[in-house]
Amino acid sequence: MSAPGAARPVAVERMLPTEEATELLGLAAEIADGELAPRAADFEARGEFPREVFRTLGRAGLLSLPYPEEYGGADQPYEVYLQVVEELARRWLSVALGVSVHTLSCFPVAEFGTDEQRKRFLPDMLGGEQLGAYCLSEPAGGSDAAALTTRAVADGDEYRVTGTKAWVSHGGCADFYNLFARTGGPGPEGISCLLVDPASPGLVPQAPERKMGLSAERTSQLAFDDVRVPADRLLGGEGVGFRIAMRALDGGRLGIAACAVGLAQSALDYACAYAAEREQFGRPIAAFQGVGFLLADAATQIAAARSLVLSAARLKDAGRPFSVEAAKAKLFATDTAMRVTTDMVQVLGGYGYVADHPVERYFREAKVLQIVEGTNQIQRVVIARALTGGGPV
Amino acid sequence: MKIVVLVKQVPDSGAERTLKSDDFTVDRGSASNVINEMDEYAIEEALRIKEAQGGEVTILTVGPDGATESIRKALSMGPDAAVHVVDGAIAGSDAVQTSAVLAAALGTLEWDLVLCGAEATDGRVQVIPHMLAERLGVPALTGARKLTIDGDSRTIERQTDEGYEVVRADGKAVVSVWDTINEPRYPSFKGIMAAKKKPVTTLSLADLGLAPDTVGLANAYSAVVSAAPRPARQAGTRVTDEGEGGVQLVEFLAVEKFV
Repeated sequence: MSAPGAARPVAVERMLPTEEATELLGLAAEIADGELAPRAADFEARGEFPREVFRTLGRAGLLSLPYPEEYGGADQPYEVYLQVVEELARRWLSVALGVSVHTLSCFPVAEFGTDEQRKRFLPDMLGGEQLGAYCLSEPAGGSDAAALTTRAVADGDEYRVTGTKAWVSHGGCADFYNLFARTGGPGPEGISCLLVDPASPGLVPQAPERKMGLSAERTSQLAFDDVRVPADRLLGGEGVGFRIAMRALDGGRLGIAACAVGLAQSALDYACAYAAEREQFGRPIAAFQGVGFLLADAATQIAAARSLVLSAARLKDAGRPFSVEAAKAKLFATDTAMRVTTDMVQVLGGYGYVADHPVERYFREAKVLQIVEGTNQIQRVVIARALTGGGPV
Repeated sequence: MKIVVLVKQVPDSGAERTLKSDDFTVDRGSASNVINEMDEYAIEEALRIKEAQGGEVTILTVGPDGATESIRKALSMGPDAAVHVVDGAIAGSDAVQTSAVLAAALGTLEWDLVLCGAEATDGRVQVIPHMLAERLGVPALTGARKLTIDGDSRTIERQTDEGYEVVRADGKAVVSVWDTINEPRYPSFKGIMAAKKKPVTTLSLADLGLAPDTVGLANAYSAVVSAAPRPARQAGTRVTDEGEGGVQLVEFLAVEKFV
């Protein structure tokens, strides 16, 4: 049978705050259809990082959406930025995730940099030609980020950095790295954030990880062997690094949640088209309740996930606390993506299990969303602590 | 360099297109209307020339009110301004008449170069660039797959079935382009927002000094006298292999001139 994915999926009903947001979503969909969708399967199969696609997004202004116009951003609220990420994820998760990681990586300078640092770094970071990376996790420490061991020792007007960072998205192909390293004693108070030039001698990206999915998204360890970083690249002062990391991750979690909504929507789009066309016992399988209800449940869960993500985003846009709501959105949206992609493989039956159709890839891709930007167990810790007064859970 | 790019709004060639049953003109009301695809390449080429040498890019469109949407889309790619010739009397004009309207509109503008697509996906007559150049009294460099501007000279590689011909002209010229010439950019978000503020001048036939009875369907030099929908696709030939299948396949390919 012909690939049902060729049919243009049903448009998602969106309540957008401005006419310019509507135009922006239209542009994102146009580029996603024209540049992302036709390449996704091929690049994922070959494991090639689509650097040119990011340049296209950058030139269109989609790599700097939630940042101030003054520095080259588009001053868009998170509510709008996240729906752009969702539309991109609906065509190609690796690219949407890359946009989220880049946006996260611009945050420390944008939010904690001095005026001088912002003027010096942000225009290039937001200009569309650069991609950023975020180096927090280490081989021995992910969830317990405050225990990180990479050291940055002050030496005159430089820091000398030694250690290894792990799970770095865009590791080896980024144009700037946000590095979290220990400048002081143990615990979160000893951590600082440095903006590192990838060309620094002693900074050696390791071979890309061989992942279950997201093959087109490069993830590598970075080895720092006495890397010298000028002290004027310290962001927010010594000891502020952990606070920067956690603040950045609040926004990053919403980015991942939006990716999850887009991925789940993509799986549902494909399965709906398939179920309407595939016949068994003389009628389309969508006409059987056993299949139709799977689709209905998926659509409902996706709508709920989208609402939760946007509700948290609107809190952020209003300047209200949103960490806990972001944790709930990330938890729910990514668990939804896992469940929906599992069920959509089921809708396609045997065809869902083979690489001729993209749903097996969506299924593999969904898994990582439950892990990155804080595992879903960590999200539950955040939520439970808020419920029980901040003590250990 | 001042460049004018001709942009035509056409029914989306990827969607169902029909002619009106009474006068056989294109049914624009029921169609999803877009910028003629080949014109996007002309816009891109104009923007590249401007980026390399400076200057100004103006969009020129002849079309109904609804063409405004395509004009804004064209402006969002980067041109500076647009001129929209809109007049109810123009509806149904043929290429001879349309070229007269375009020439009159260009008479109101300062320009060094006119760029346009080599054909529009609705009429596909491919004669507007030639007719327009004749009316303007300038050379027509048509069907370009490459355009080089060097001082006052404009050189194109004119795409042919076998290869290309090099054609050169000096000074003002009309250049039409194929989709092999470049890869048009997407609009940027900032470009979309900026396009809303760019000047769009609207001109009527009276503004151009043209009499209404020189244009329009009733006064056209050519007319569509009948039209029929494309016949449904025929079923293919089924070859059953009874020992001679290979020979039959080769014969089929030979008859159809595939080999």
